[in-house]
Amino acid sequence: MHEPQIESGKDPAALYKSRLGMRLFIAYASLYGLFVAINLVQPALMGIMVLPGINLAVIYGLVLILSALLLALWYDRLCRREETRLGNPPKSNTIRGED
Amino acid sequence: MVIGIFLAFVLFIVGLSFKLGKQTKTSSGYFAAGGQIHWFVNGIAFAGDYLSAASFLGICGMIATTGYDGFLYSIGFLAGWVVALLVIAEPLRRMGRYTFADAVDAPFRSRGIQLMAAISTLVVSLCYLVPQMVGAGVLVEPLLGLSYRWGVLMVGSIVIFIVTTAGMASTTYVQFLKGGLLIVFSLVLVVVVCLRGLSTHPPGSTDHPYYQHRILHSAGTEALRIIEPGFRLIEEHDSKVGRFALLEEVNQEIARRCWWKVDTANTGLRLLEGECVVVSTGTGSRRINGMPASDTNHLRPVGSIASLKGETNAQTGPLSPVGILAALGHPDTRVLTWKEGKFNDKAGDHVTFYYPVETPGDRLLRPGMKFKLEGTLLERLDFASLMLALFLGTAALPHILIRYYTVPSPASARKSTLVAIGSIGLFYVLTLFMGLGAMTNGVLNPADSNMAAPLLAKSFGQLLFAFISAIAFATVLGTVSGLIVAASGAVAHDLADRFLDLRLEEKSKITLGKAAAVVIGAIGIALGIMFQGMNVSFLVGLAFAVAASANLPAIVMILFWKRTTAAGVISSIGVGMIASLTLILLSPDLYKLYGLDPSTAPVALTNPGIISIPLGFLMLMVVSLLTKRGERHAHN
Repeated sequence: MHEPQIESGKDPAALYKSRLGMRLFIAYASLYGLFVAINLVQPALMGIMVLPGINLAVIYGLVLILSALLLALWYDRLCRREETRLGNPPKSNTIRGED
Repeated sequence: MVIGIFLAFVLFIVGLSFKLGKQTKTSSGYFAAGGQIHWFVNGIAFAGDYLSAASFLGICGMIATTGYDGFLYSIGFLAGWVVALLVIAEPLRRMGRYTFADAVDAPFRSRGIQLMAAISTLVVSLCYLVPQMVGAGVLVEPLLGLSYRWGVLMVGSIVIFIVTTAGMASTTYVQFLKGGLLIVFSLVLVVVVCLRGLSTHPPGSTDHPYYQHRILHSAGTEALRIIEPGFRLIEEHDSKVGRFALLEEVNQEIARRCWWKVDTANTGLRLLEGECVVVSTGTGSRRINGMPASDTNHLRPVGSIASLKGETNAQTGPLSPVGILAALGHPDTRVLTWKEGKFNDKAGDHVTFYYPVETPGDRLLRPGMKFKLEGTLLERLDFASLMLALFLGTAALPHILIRYYTVPSPASARKSTLVAIGSIGLFYVLTLFMGLGAMTNGVLNPADSNMAAPLLAKSFGQLLFAFISAIAFATVLGTVSGLIVAASGAVAHDLADRFLDLRLEEKSKITLGKAAAVVIGAIGIALGIMFQGMNVSFLVGLAFAVAASANLPAIVMILFWKRTTAAGVISSIGVGMIASLTLILLSPDLYKLYGLDPSTAPVALTNPGIISIPLGFLMLMVVSLLTKRGERHAHN
């Protein structure tokens, strides 16, 4: 009862995925941090019109949302490629019986 | 019809829970749905779990009242999922079993960690429960005609039923259903908003045609001398909240006395009509706009465009989403946003007055209406603090973390997070248009921003209102169910089974989990009633700060810092949790809730994250370095 019931097999791609995740996280955190920094230091900059009637704040906000999705898709694709290259990842768990 | 759709929805959910409940025999099934949920279903259920009352009701309401500043919550909430996907999802899935405590305790097997992680799960879940319950009460009031208290009680009871029948399995399917419907119907709402376009004369809602608030002019520049006939000045009130005048309309059959806002314009003084609530200190009776409050006399819906690209009489016809942003963000567009002023009149009665403020479109669509970004250093820090908590909070929410254990493998955890980001991202883009739609269509309740999205739907007819309200209700049910499952897991699995080592039988463990669900649900109901009237997004922002301060340092450092020790983890959870809670309880907004002067609050920051999150990390590092080397765990 006190040991993990749901165990995942060894994942040979774990280190690759961890490093990739950290790099992409730093990239996104930088983009997000820049958004916060502009608002703190030069908030007027956010009012600059990038397109007719649409300012930097709106564009930047939408870019942050869209880039999160694109980054997630890219990360998943690279992870799957590495998993395939190193052999199949654990498809399912070993579920121990209840004790 | 509204009640019919609403009841059909609730009955379906309850029936589903009952059916799934018969299949739930083990604690693994109860707390983690047996780890066998398909990643796509889990991904949409993630969305259903995460898109809580704060996202649907709170963010739309905040955008409708403060413009772009509400959208900052959408940006921050979604950014948090990047942290969850890239840093947390797979490693956490590999480490854990049912709960957050399993994961942080995995490398150490420490009873101290089990206790602290369980307490943290309970505290964060309760903090998150409060806004959901507030949202429930707000929704049920106009939908079923029940009072706020009965609304909270009803939602709490239904959720307790769902959780105690089938645990995580029924919760997952409720969340899947709700997440899917929420995104589809939000898309429908945005499409009809775009098809209607923008107008300086909005239609208002089906039962409340839009009311154009009047403006009076004064001949004097200091003393009030009203030019328009039929009004008599009774008294004036001038304080730091503004200058107001009580006028009597003498032309009416019954002489009505209402407060007006005195405003300084280029042409001299003018008086703006608003929405006014006066509560008598003697009898406690409420008067709305000069007449006794009743079913037919309540606050009129507000929110409209004063001029569109400089035109005071304009109607665009159908617009694309970009067209809506371009028209509203135009520097010559003026939108009437609404502010609140509270004061006591000469008789000592409490006056709450809502008055319009003409806001330029380009001001509306950039940050600064709620967060004072050009204000003091402290006000800027408050903004940074909120953005930090939103970014780091998602990956530390116990009810989100447990969903990583409902899928069969770490790769499934990753893929379901990907689905979650796609669906949640789409929804957050939609919140911008729903909020702006509510802001400009003459549907807002000036006293409560939380109902912005359902009221916007109401302006398109009862059918859409019924669906949106039912989904909003399901939104609360889905999230509250997830929270209660997480909290009951903390009690039955982390505290009873692991920390106290009670070695419960499967059946006893499920029974204890269900009993915990009832108690936690009851506490959530009580807190929901206490926090009536607060914006749900704001409250969720605070819950994120507590989660990020208490849980995130432990998760991140266990994964990425080899010197982390059990003592370090225990101290960081404890200090992060206590620091964030203390800062919140001593903050200006909570002082307002206590009925005290917010300016006397000992902590000037409203959002604690910028202090409590680094403190959690610092505490973990210092204590880990100070504790003996032998305690350090081996990383895999």
